[in-house]
Amino acid sequence: MMVKVFIPRDMLSKALGADEVAEAIAAEAAKRKISVQIIRNSARGMAWLEPFVEIETPKGRIGYGGVKVADVASLFEANFLEGGKHDLAQGLVEEILYLKNQERLTFARAGITDPVSLEDYMAHGGYEGLKKALASDGASIVKDVLDSGLRGRGGAGFPTGIKWKTVLDAKAAQKYVCCNADEGDSGTFADRMIMEGDPFLLIEGMTIAGVAAGATEGYIYCRSEYPYAIDALKEAIDVAKAANWLGQNIQGTDKSFELKVRRGAGAYICGEETAMLESIEGRRGMVRAKPPIPALQGLFGQPTIINNVLSFCAVPTIMAKGAKFYQDFGMGRSRGTMPFQLGGNLERGGIVEKAFGITLRELIEDFGGGPYMGKPLRAVQVGGPLGAYLSADQLDLKMDYETFAAVGAMLGHGGIVVFDTTVNMAAQARFAMEFCAIESCGKCTPCRIGSTRGVEVIDKIVAGKDREYNAALLTDLCQTMTDGSLCAMGGLTPGPVMSAFTKFPEDFGLPKPRKMAAE
Amino acid sequence: MPKIAQPKARPTPVSAADHAAQTLAEKHGNKASELIEILHELQDEIGHVPESTMPILASALNLSRAEVYGVATFYHDFHLKPQGKHVIKICRAEACQSAGGVEVVAALEKLVGAKLGETTKDGKITLEAVYCLGLCPMGPAALVDGKPKAAIKADKVQDLVRELA
Repeated sequence: MMVKVFIPRDMLSKALGADEVAEAIAAEAAKRKISVQIIRNSARGMAWLEPFVEIETPKGRIGYGGVKVADVASLFEANFLEGGKHDLAQGLVEEILYLKNQERLTFARAGITDPVSLEDYMAHGGYEGLKKALASDGASIVKDVLDSGLRGRGGAGFPTGIKWKTVLDAKAAQKYVCCNADEGDSGTFADRMIMEGDPFLLIEGMTIAGVAAGATEGYIYCRSEYPYAIDALKEAIDVAKAANWLGQNIQGTDKSFELKVRRGAGAYICGEETAMLESIEGRRGMVRAKPPIPALQGLFGQPTIINNVLSFCAVPTIMAKGAKFYQDFGMGRSRGTMPFQLGGNLERGGIVEKAFGITLRELIEDFGGGPYMGKPLRAVQVGGPLGAYLSADQLDLKMDYETFAAVGAMLGHGGIVVFDTTVNMAAQARFAMEFCAIESCGKCTPCRIGSTRGVEVIDKIVAGKDREYNAALLTDLCQTMTDGSLCAMGGLTPGPVMSAFTKFPEDFGLPKPRKMAAE
Repeated sequence: MPKIAQPKARPTPVSAADHAAQTLAEKHGNKASELIEILHELQDEIGHVPESTMPILASALNLSRAEVYGVATFYHDFHLKPQGKHVIKICRAEACQSAGGVEVVAALEKLVGAKLGETTKDGKITLEAVYCLGLCPMGPAALVDGKPKAAIKADKVQDLVRELA
């Protein structure tokens, strides 16, 4: 019997040598005249175990973690094709606590399926949501999304159902659905993993949005830094089209939906929805003033649903299992699950999908295992480069939009980056300003000029020039950027800057503790 | 009275790059909304986006030259000048910083003999900064001629360069 060997095709697995390991296993099997079927599956989201090789056995899949080309011969010696003992063996994959303790709805198929196999997708619950949507009408789909409590996963947390209703109610000959897959936030990679690992899920979610709002054309704006995601999406779109899950008269209904992938070009600002629209239209990614909101005048001036990858990917589950099923997860006004992304300096980084309400400490310590180089944790940045820095005494915060907002922080896209005691927080604050200066579209003054002045002022504070004066100046500058910027780029850059400044003043050469003029 | 030179109504393609630009524009239906993808494909083919192609594209897509230039210079991906034979894009973003990214960048700059944004004198290697490749749990990360690399150590940066001929 041919043994099935699963080796992820995920970009991170490849970065750690998965392609070479796959070749080595195939070569070694051929040498030993053993017949194996190598399947390039999606990744489980246990980054520290990549490349993670799985073997299908009668008992279930057995995993081997951190496999290198040099390990391949010894794996064969250990009879790993029958789940034999080896130093790299992780036992039954479904019994690994990191996975077992999660609540995976969006990442339900991660590691299990071949990303571009429609058969695999359908065999694991795929297209159940769209089937229901096709048998329903726009208003009831929108009501389900609204009732589920789903909020935009891109960072802003706006209720998805309200956005969809606005587009549904708008009158226009042509409406659009756009997916913001410009996942530029450092520390976030859930969009990438879904697009590479389960592209049909995004396609299904966007198709449901199109059916709901009466939009017949969709675009996925994917950043160019994710070439494998773009390839997987394009391949999956072709497969879906051939099977009539996309295109004209989907599954014999009167509903049609066409989907295209647009490649970004390395501009972080294009993750801002109006800059993204400009970019899809072929122009510089300059932010548009709002109103008009994109739901009414979006792509090519037409009503447009714009959501993040994870928002669209939550919808098939909501449709298939019901709004209540989804709504039962979570806390307060944050409903459902969130694929949190553990990055940076952690023992066990990866995807942890849990209901809202889990604490930061549980994510960082129980799942993540704390900083990996043995030094204690000093700061955590949640929500990407525009997210505030939290100190070690804030780890008991619950992962919930409102809880984070109350302490001046934000969940953002759910990325968590951990820093140990080697971090210099003045350098981090400076970097936040520098990044804003590099990536600002330049349309509004507080962001374009303020970011450059911010770098200079921080340099002066650190160098000890008129510290008190420049500290007040930095605070004032940040307030101006917060109040006066056109979009979140300039508006939120003060978040990491001021949180670093107020919580870690000693890194700026200022005494600790220290009372801020603004407080 | 001196004659004022009038710009030609239709710029004529001269170089191979110009012809490529014209062909790509046609392939994309001469649609202005396709400009970014056209520039990508042009750069994939030629290695950079020569300024000589801009009037060609502008004419084909019914845009002004300023608009084409504006797009080509807005996005970090596009380069108006040729890059080195090999390009190493290394992540400078926070998650990689937390895992020793600053040291890796410094070590790489020293080894290669060029700063981020520069090309070595022999034209062999260009170093570029990127801001997040989505490989954050196993940083620092880089793309070497498009091939992803993760968990790079500052004392092992020569591994990134060794295979580059």
